[in-house]
Amino acid sequence: MFRIIKKKELNPTVTLMEVEAPLIAKKAQPGQFVILRTDEGGERIPLTIADYNREQGTVTIIYQIVGATTRILNSMSVGDCLQDFVGPLGRPTVTEGKKKVAVVGGGVGCAIAYPVVKKFHEQGTKVHAIIGFRSNELVILEEEFRSNSSKLVLMSDDGSCGEKGLVTDALKKLIESGEQYDEVITIGPLIMMKYVSMLTKQYGIKTVASMNPIMIDGTGMCGGCRLSVGGKTQFACVDGPEFNGHEIDFDEAIARSDMYKEFEQKKQDEACKLYQKEVS
Amino acid sequence: MDVLKKVPIKEQDPQVRAHNFDEVCLGYELEEAMEEASRCIQCKNPKCVSGCPVSIDIPGFIKEVENNNIEAAFKIISDYSALPAVCGRVCPQETQCEQVCIRGIKGDPVSIGKLERFVADWARNHNIKPEPPKEKNGKKVAVIGSGPAGLTCAGELAKLGYDVTIFEALHEPGGVLLYGIPEFRLPKEEVVKAEINNVISLGVKIETNVIIGRSTTIDELMEDEGFEAVFIGSGAGLPKFMGIPGENANGVFSANEYLTRNNLMKAYDTSYDTPIITGKRVAVVGGGNVAMDAARTALRLGADVTVVYRRSEAELPARVEEVHHAKEEGIKFKLLTNPTEILVNEDGWVSGMRCVEMELGEPDESGRRRPVVKKDSEFVMELDTVIMSLGTSPNPLISSTTEGLEINKWKCIIADEETGLTTREGVFAGGDAVTGAATVILAMGAGKAAAKGIHEYLTSK
Repeated sequence: MFRIIKKKELNPTVTLMEVEAPLIAKKAQPGQFVILRTDEGGERIPLTIADYNREQGTVTIIYQIVGATTRILNSMSVGDCLQDFVGPLGRPTVTEGKKKVAVVGGGVGCAIAYPVVKKFHEQGTKVHAIIGFRSNELVILEEEFRSNSSKLVLMSDDGSCGEKGLVTDALKKLIESGEQYDEVITIGPLIMMKYVSMLTKQYGIKTVASMNPIMIDGTGMCGGCRLSVGGKTQFACVDGPEFNGHEIDFDEAIARSDMYKEFEQKKQDEACKLYQKEVS
Repeated sequence: MDVLKKVPIKEQDPQVRAHNFDEVCLGYELEEAMEEASRCIQCKNPKCVSGCPVSIDIPGFIKEVENNNIEAAFKIISDYSALPAVCGRVCPQETQCEQVCIRGIKGDPVSIGKLERFVADWARNHNIKPEPPKEKNGKKVAVIGSGPAGLTCAGELAKLGYDVTIFEALHEPGGVLLYGIPEFRLPKEEVVKAEINNVISLGVKIETNVIIGRSTTIDELMEDEGFEAVFIGSGAGLPKFMGIPGENANGVFSANEYLTRNNLMKAYDTSYDTPIITGKRVAVVGGGNVAMDAARTALRLGADVTVVYRRSEAELPARVEEVHHAKEEGIKFKLLTNPTEILVNEDGWVSGMRCVEMELGEPDESGRRRPVVKKDSEFVMELDTVIMSLGTSPNPLISSTTEGLEINKWKCIIADEETGLTTREGVFAGGDAVTGAATVILAMGAGKAAAKGIHEYLTSK
């Protein structure tokens, strides 16, 4: 069992949790993820490792409440234990050998982008962070990004914070103003990563996208997380989760991410009803 | 009683069982088991024993069943096998012990598998467990994977006094016994868990949620954690796909994914959170036991199911009993047929499968007649779900993170057949990780051989 030792609401739908998992904390690298199960009847869901503390033996996860399982997770408190917590999974982000990079994060994807930014910054790579949110109250980790990057551009869909517009607008502006990046790393909604990749392809800038497909085991035994990359089938859990953004079939990935939509909606409605009952 | 015929065994009615996940075969009652045991002629030189990969003293335990000494029968089996309730159910006895039974020359062979199962079930119901070792030798051995190979190796080593820890990547032990073979062939709570608990009662520790190659490595286990030997029983869990267009469409699954969702995550039970796509018209591509398991699972979830296989019925690699059960339940077979493309609708979902008919040509290097495409035979099956059951290969995670561990061109770990020793000192391997996908009992045989290999290595060290 894995004890929750800290819980902090970052915005109305995004929560940070620190979980006691010394073995995972010892090994974790930016870009890797864990799979967790809240309880005996629960499903296995993948969540990226947002941070870790090797000395204290803790791993930080940041999740958005999007369905039944994240809702159950969010009903748990400090001191409660998660049934299963396994990792670190996937390949770490390759951070070596780059002089200057841009990291483009969107929404809760920023939680995953943050450890990557931090790692680049700590090793002396010049890093520009472009982070985008729908509106002001959804902004997370702004200060953390600011103190770990040499430039931070904050974007919002409605202009309620930072600049109004999309992350691609900001990236395009930087590139056109003459900024030269060895690589762009993008983490966020599939549609955002698709457009970031399309943009950088025009400029011939190498781009890495961190994919988040449906997963079950996370160890390569089922292929539930498969994607087409450069015309080849790859398993995101073992071959990724990061792939060359210019080779990913994003439209296929978007279709696959909706596979259980109906079921998920039903489960979420059930979970909502259950909570309403408990409240009344 | 007709001594030429097996005492018949009770099964759930096909019409009823097609709608539930309860066990199909109901097993013998005591009187039936004693009667079947009396058919054994107690050969002086029993061929059945040589047909068993772990060489159980078959006439020995059957004699005890005949005389109603079931506890004694269980003790005899336990000397050879750690998982008799499992093996009695899933071993392909028709190609092993029962194939060489003298009774089978004229009439039916003795129902050895069903008798083994009866003894193991009886022992469990009477709370009889194998005895733990009297003395411990204090030496630590790590076992990677808690499938049949790992459980057997761990059990054998524990009996010899070793301090054994099994590391399992998933959240529950059992490997393919848990995530692969469905409940209707192998009940999980009642049979698999009980048999794993027997291994634990020998003193074996099991650590779940540990992925060797990620959470820790073999080198770290040996250098930092004080394990003097390691057994790799990590299986062959990497699914193969055909590489045809449309294979990543919504509604196409590997059999591993389909079965894991249903068996390990209990997706058939709506009180569990993991979803599964049921489908109305399902095709399962492949002809092995896993294909039969996937097809029969989809049927129970309410689908109309067709097995699509490129050779003919005679070449189906699945057990005859399973094919028979599948047909009884209403599974259709489209033989000598090979898919060439998955057809996808505008929303990204499967709408059908383009196939060609095949005919059998000359035998290939494996001795099986090679299927060749029949000219102008293309046709389309309308479907909404396709389950690919084309076999599996070993996961490269362990071999790629262990110094000096060599693999062959099929990505299988190279290991000595007698001792299980790999190219790395102190590291042994067995089961599907070495052979590629095979059977439960062969994995157990390899686990047992490796335990002997490890014991010899550590005593001579």
